[in-house]
Amino acid sequence: MTEQMPRQKLPGQEQPIVDIRKLSTVFVSPEKRFVVHKDLDFSVYRGEVVSIVGGSGTGKTVLLRQILGLERPTEGEIEVLGQPVEQMGRKGAAARIGMLFQHGALFSAFSVIENIAFPLRELKTLPQTLIREAAMVKLQMVGLKPEDADKTPADLSGGMIKRVALARALIMDPPLLLLDEPTAGLDPDSSDGFVTLLRSLHRDLELTVIMVTHDLDTLYELSTRIAVLADKKVIVTGAPRDVIAFQHPFVHEFFLGERGQRAMELLREYPFAI
Amino acid sequence: MTDSTPRLEQQPAADGAVSRVLGQWTAAQFARPRLLPTLEAGLKAAKGSLGWDLRQAEQIDHVGAQLLWDHWDRQWPAVLEASPPQRAVLERVAEFTAPPPEPKVTSWKEHYLDLGAKVMHGVNHVRSFVRLIGQLALNIGRLARAPQEGPWRDVSGHLYRIGATALPITALVGFLIGVVLAYLTAQQLRQFGADAYIVNILGIALIRELGPMLAAILIAGRSGSAITAQIGVMRVTDELDAMRVMGISHSFRLVMPRAIALAIVMPLISVWTTLAALGGGMLAADISLGITPTFFVKALPEAVSVGNFVLASGKSVVFGVLIALIACHYGLRIKPNTQSLGEGTTSSVVTSITVVILVDALFAVLFKEVGI
Repeated sequence: MTEQMPRQKLPGQEQPIVDIRKLSTVFVSPEKRFVVHKDLDFSVYRGEVVSIVGGSGTGKTVLLRQILGLERPTEGEIEVLGQPVEQMGRKGAAARIGMLFQHGALFSAFSVIENIAFPLRELKTLPQTLIREAAMVKLQMVGLKPEDADKTPADLSGGMIKRVALARALIMDPPLLLLDEPTAGLDPDSSDGFVTLLRSLHRDLELTVIMVTHDLDTLYELSTRIAVLADKKVIVTGAPRDVIAFQHPFVHEFFLGERGQRAMELLREYPFAI
Repeated sequence: MTDSTPRLEQQPAADGAVSRVLGQWTAAQFARPRLLPTLEAGLKAAKGSLGWDLRQAEQIDHVGAQLLWDHWDRQWPAVLEASPPQRAVLERVAEFTAPPPEPKVTSWKEHYLDLGAKVMHGVNHVRSFVRLIGQLALNIGRLARAPQEGPWRDVSGHLYRIGATALPITALVGFLIGVVLAYLTAQQLRQFGADAYIVNILGIALIRELGPMLAAILIAGRSGSAITAQIGVMRVTDELDAMRVMGISHSFRLVMPRAIALAIVMPLISVWTTLAALGGGMLAADISLGITPTFFVKALPEAVSVGNFVLASGKSVVFGVLIALIACHYGLRIKPNTQSLGEGTTSSVVTSITVVILVDALFAVLFKEVGI
């Protein structure tokens, strides 16, 4: 990951993959107005693994959904891969952006292989054999066995659901991958396995990854950059070491609390993350 | 601006042709209409070429690599010029491409076993329905011994949702059917000069048959589907299991309140629908035959004996319990996936409407002496 360091230092030279400018999000209900983001600026560059952290209710998942075009910001602009986000949901969006939902969001009526192949099948031009083979390749790339192909999502364990969902997100080799709590609900072993898988896929497929996570182990092991959401904006972004040094109550509590200390131990053992 | 259309170029060389792969070989490009057949024809023509050059290709994703790999008959070509990332993609494809599964041949034995499975499925349905009825009977007994433990709040909630909220729609449908029926019979009766008999025809038809049937069919469609979907979603979200873990019986807590509520609501809705239909009939009779509502109301008790009304109400109670049981039966059988939820809800409505009509026919045969 060292080869990405120069890019991090000079981000201005390059067109960002995701560019968020002056974003404001307000949820209006009859009783009250709730401001989630105010004048939030944030960019992600090619090859980065950016983790978004923040307390609950700071709008991390909302931000992810806005990058996907699932929710419209109240004000401000979001550009993804050089296009305004409003155009994301068009045909062939699977080739531009992949999303791993927290609970997988697999189509429960389809088998594993049909789930993975779904975006390809919907193109309506590719022959069935090619679709199946391409899906089988992705299935095995995420560490599943060919025997798993005809299972249904109801038969899968939590870790396998995430892997199938990841294979489906990557079926058209999108350059950008979004992850919502990728290791939440997994046991430590599957969680470690999944993190290793994500790291190798990031390297092999030259992916740009944006994730929301609460899991400090995942955070340290994967991120090249951390963005902290608090006070309705990104208060600090940078390499993990710089972020930890930032003076803010949330940062202090999150990284240097008891949980944080434990994960820091790990960090010393695996220093590659910084 | 480079052309990103995926394409092949043949380049003659000293020891045979070299095929150059150009453009974006990606799934997104293959989505273009008519592109893939041309490309495949090109690949077939290039089959004999000795070498392959991928270096000038703009992009090759896994689907593109898969296409190439399949056309190389899943073997590495003699000469391959490719950049390291391209080679990595091809290597992954080569490693993970599995031979396609053998097409399944269905033998006679499998058909035979299939048939057996279908029969067993039907038997299973009947068995679990009978079990549901048995459990309901036991639970009614339990309720009779300890009425204070009963899920009465639930019953009253269902009474409101199934009964009170159905009043407008049942009244509207009943009224319109009454108008149509009265208008059509009026045309025929006038030819015979038997105008006054419209009261008998409408009275018997609506009170004895159409009122209860209409109400039952509407409630089966409206509340039967809702009950099935409700219980089905509880299965999908593990709520049913949570309930069982707490030692609360599905039958006592889910099935019985609905059955009781429908047993109470059905005759009431049936009377309500009948009244609306009679109202519509009265209106149409007044307009088309000049039979006044006063005459209609006076003549009705003479034309229709009370036996009909008792029969209709009794029938409605049975319809209500059947609708509740069928809806719960299908709801509890739903498996935790969306397909099953949709199928279960459809089967529930279709079955309960069919059963209502069948049971109505049974009543007609059994009680043909009553009220006529």
